[in-house]
Amino acid sequence: MLNQQGRPTRAESSQGQESRSFTGNRGLQMDEPLIFETGRLDVTGVDIETPAPFASRLGHLARSSEIGLPGLTEPEAVRHYVRLSQLNYSIDAGLYPLGSCTMKHNPRLNEKMARLPGFGDIHPLQPVSTVQGGLELMQMLAHWLIEMTGMSAVAMSPKAGAHGELCGMMAIKAAIAAKGEAGTRKVVLVPESAHGTNPATAALIGFEVRAVPARDDGTVDPAEVAKLAGPEVAAIMLTNPNTCGLFERDIVEIARILHAAGAYFYCDGANFNAIVGKARPGDLGVDAMHINLHKTFSTPHGGGGPGSGPVVLSARLADYAPVPFVRGGQAGEKGRTLELVETQEGASFGRMSAFHGQMGMFVRAMSYMLSHGADGMRQASEDAVLNANYVRVCLNDLLSSPFGKRTCMHEALFDDEWLKGTGITTLDFAKAMIDEGYHPMTMYFPLVVHGAMLIEPTESESKAALDLFIMTLRDLAFSVQRGESERFLGAPHFAPRKRLDETRAARTPVLRWTPRLPLAAE
Amino acid sequence: MLARAGVAHVDALFADIPADKLLSGLMNLPEGQSEMAVERQLSAMAARNVSAGSVPFFIGGGAYKHHVPASVDHLIQRSEFLTSYTPYQPEITQGTLQYLFEFQTQVAALTGMEVANASMYDGSTATAEAVLMAHRITRRSKALLSGGLHPHYAQTVETLNSMAGCQSQMMTPDLMGNEDILALIDDELSCVVVQSPDFFGHLRDLAPIAAKCQAHGVLLIAVFTEVVALGAIEAPGAMGADIVVGEGQSLGNGLNFGGPYVGLMATRQKYVRQMPGRLCGETVDADGKRGFVLTLSTREQHIRRDKATSNICTNSGLCALAFTIHMTLLGQKGLRQLALANHANGVMLAQMLAEVAQVQVLNQTFFNEFCVRLPGNAAAVVEALAAKGILAGVPVSRLLPEAGLDDILLVTATETNTRADMEALVAGLRSVLSC
Amino acid sequence: MSQTLYTKDHEYIRVEGDIGTIGITDHAQNQLGDVVFVELPSKGRMLKKGSEAAVVESVKAASDIYAAASGEVTEVNAALEATPGMVNEDAIGSGWFFKIRLTQPDELKGLMDEAAYEAYLKTAG
Repeated sequence: MLNQQGRPTRAESSQGQESRSFTGNRGLQMDEPLIFETGRLDVTGVDIETPAPFASRLGHLARSSEIGLPGLTEPEAVRHYVRLSQLNYSIDAGLYPLGSCTMKHNPRLNEKMARLPGFGDIHPLQPVSTVQGGLELMQMLAHWLIEMTGMSAVAMSPKAGAHGELCGMMAIKAAIAAKGEAGTRKVVLVPESAHGTNPATAALIGFEVRAVPARDDGTVDPAEVAKLAGPEVAAIMLTNPNTCGLFERDIVEIARILHAAGAYFYCDGANFNAIVGKARPGDLGVDAMHINLHKTFSTPHGGGGPGSGPVVLSARLADYAPVPFVRGGQAGEKGRTLELVETQEGASFGRMSAFHGQMGMFVRAMSYMLSHGADGMRQASEDAVLNANYVRVCLNDLLSSPFGKRTCMHEALFDDEWLKGTGITTLDFAKAMIDEGYHPMTMYFPLVVHGAMLIEPTESESKAALDLFIMTLRDLAFSVQRGESERFLGAPHFAPRKRLDETRAARTPVLRWTPRLPLAAE
Repeated sequence: MLARAGVAHVDALFADIPADKLLSGLMNLPEGQSEMAVERQLSAMAARNVSAGSVPFFIGGGAYKHHVPASVDHLIQRSEFLTSYTPYQPEITQGTLQYLFEFQTQVAALTGMEVANASMYDGSTATAEAVLMAHRITRRSKALLSGGLHPHYAQTVETLNSMAGCQSQMMTPDLMGNEDILALIDDELSCVVVQSPDFFGHLRDLAPIAAKCQAHGVLLIAVFTEVVALGAIEAPGAMGADIVVGEGQSLGNGLNFGGPYVGLMATRQKYVRQMPGRLCGETVDADGKRGFVLTLSTREQHIRRDKATSNICTNSGLCALAFTIHMTLLGQKGLRQLALANHANGVMLAQMLAEVAQVQVLNQTFFNEFCVRLPGNAAAVVEALAAKGILAGVPVSRLLPEAGLDDILLVTATETNTRADMEALVAGLRSVLSC
Repeated sequence: MSQTLYTKDHEYIRVEGDIGTIGITDHAQNQLGDVVFVELPSKGRMLKKGSEAAVVESVKAASDIYAAASGEVTEVNAALEATPGMVNEDAIGSGWFFKIRLTQPDELKGLMDEAAYEAYLKTAG
């Protein structure tokens, strides 16, 4: 199939000259050279005592090759990174409606808790007697995740959502092998609307991916699943709520069909934040699901990680969970001693990373959960869904929706049908939002919807903030209707950079700085 | 808002959830608490742990206690870094993109390689991904893992490799750092995975391994768990490694009980399209100004789906930021000083321990960690010392319970250890061993 | 005398004698956007009709190129490595991908001629 997701990736030169400053800066908006252009090889911003002379034990392997990295003094470094930070958009600075990514507020208590020396400054290989509080936190988080999802067990070590998917699918593969079906069950069903990680994960561990078509309303048809479910099918990977922002209402039937066929149900939990406290995946027939702590439980996205992706498992898969895990005592029991099982035992499929998981993220998520509690988390889901529907109904007279005026879950999906014939694309519309001070919504995803715009406002936004956002998008939409294309085609006009030439970046990749002249060591 | 959304009650928005599956009451979990109450509860839990900074501390084995300059933690907590997403809209995320470009340059320079990616989850997963990458490049499917490779790394590789339908041959744990890896390199292998400094602390000369690998069309994957060592020992790239992976936690990042850390990965330019993970590249904007974008993303899952080089999506953005800030503060001058201080303390500790009766230092070469043989069970000694408020090291049996190395203790000294710490360890050891 | 035929995946094959030159159509390059990389098969490789032969990438998309007919790869357009933009500028000319020596010329019968392809574009978009 020809991929038709191509879109302009070259920067058009900007019209109209603006007055230029001597420095190239514009008031508070300051450009910053690379550290390699300003730093010097003989400078360091760190004071380290020089040791007394001693006999090296490096053998003949002392470094003879150049390092070639300059240093900055502390004030220079602070200024460098502060200036860089000011070139970034962030959830703290404004509404960040990236569908499927869940940019909700990150409470600062979570940061403070993760930095307590008792959590932040403990080593994974300390004697377990000296880290009982750490194990207790892991066990407590595990308990909360199991309770919230209605599942039997949880694997804590996956490092991010995609790593969690890998964990769940490896557990499924191990379970299939244990039943002696490794040679036959080789197919994983993945709906076309799935996150790219789903097919990538299945393929990575040797499964063959087969697409499940979506029906006209954007959900998976159990009849289609029934047609595909056979003795060669290992599992389905289904996102619920799905990537179109809809709850798969036939999920129970889909699970039943798969189980009857001897297959497993992997649920991509990226959108779990819509249903926490409303429904439990375990009750719906799910066998494995990863939970993106950085989405649902507000650990910060950090410009692209670190994430954390614990995987909850049904009783059918619990025995295959990876090591390590915490064992011993009942939560809250006085005087109990917790053990850490670090070596493969029983049917466990083994280890998938060093140490015990993203503890720093566990603390933050636990802090969020304790703060919100059962009541607060349910309300967060309800508010997220209400906010998304509010945005949807306030825009759907102007923007087109691929699946009609259906109620959505935590994100509202539009397509580019309404832009047809205007000469303006989803990309142009998104870039114009930047000029209005908003981060664009997720665009061109899910792939099954042409020119998709996926808006997830999250529960963090007040009605007033949503109203201003809606009015802004309406104003932009009217502008499209009036044919004011200059507002879109050259956008963003007011960002630190105009559109970037991605074609050039990909055709002639420059992936590191290289000295044009040798760095000066003065 | 409910009225505008066309419903009378919020539950109507959840009508697609089968009615019998909709939770009627609250989950069986406590209700929300105030900030103060949560802080009290979590602080009490944290207080039950012995933090590294509070005691004489000699534990390494893949995660290291270093001094992180105060400005690092301050800067990474800036809202614009902390609460930003992956830089998918480059016009308003140049801050993230530029530091990733600087990070890639620093990692490439440290490892002596041509290109580096924008980070992986951690050193162990980066190693496993490197093995799959080598399979793709060589179109072979068997990896040879040195017995000096960190046991968790080896297990991580083994899990992913076998799940992917590939083979790996693990050599026996190489306590003395003298395994004969050259004898096992042949035309069948896709890659050889060698760590230096290795898990037991020995420094490995990669050059002869690289030469033999090259003769057989095999890729050499060089691994490190202590990135500070690269300030003192030869760069893996300079010794002929094809892919270099490792753990970057030592720079900028705390111990965090094992994560989040930051995986580093670097390789030769010609292999870049087979490299997993995000890459940031330089370009210009419509006005001709220099700018940065994520590039070569057709390798990645969100475009390539089942044909992607990896399923990795998230990297370790904020940990990479901490790494690059610390590295920028150090510069090569500071890194060399830091490495020297580590090595000096390691040497000092080795000398002091060598003087303890019944304790034998096993390493000829090492950087900041090494193995000692104790007269009895190392795990028991570590427990006894922990009871005295000294965290003495890693009993090798904890990671290799079946290797017959119960009397081996892996000890680490970094720049954070004082002479008084070391004297406390020596005194503690003498007293425990004499009981 | 050469004859150009088309597949439903928007590839063309220009047949001259027993040699077929394969590339993507102008419509395809337009849909993909700026082509930034082309991965070509190795010379001498035997391709079966419909098997994956090459990959063409733009910044945001990657498409597999399938062999329009079976044959042995006799030549590849190495110039695309350095200047993939040729695919955009001249898809059916200098932007060709690779040539094969046809082993099953009968397979060509199932392909569309120019008129049929034009009609297909109008219906399939």
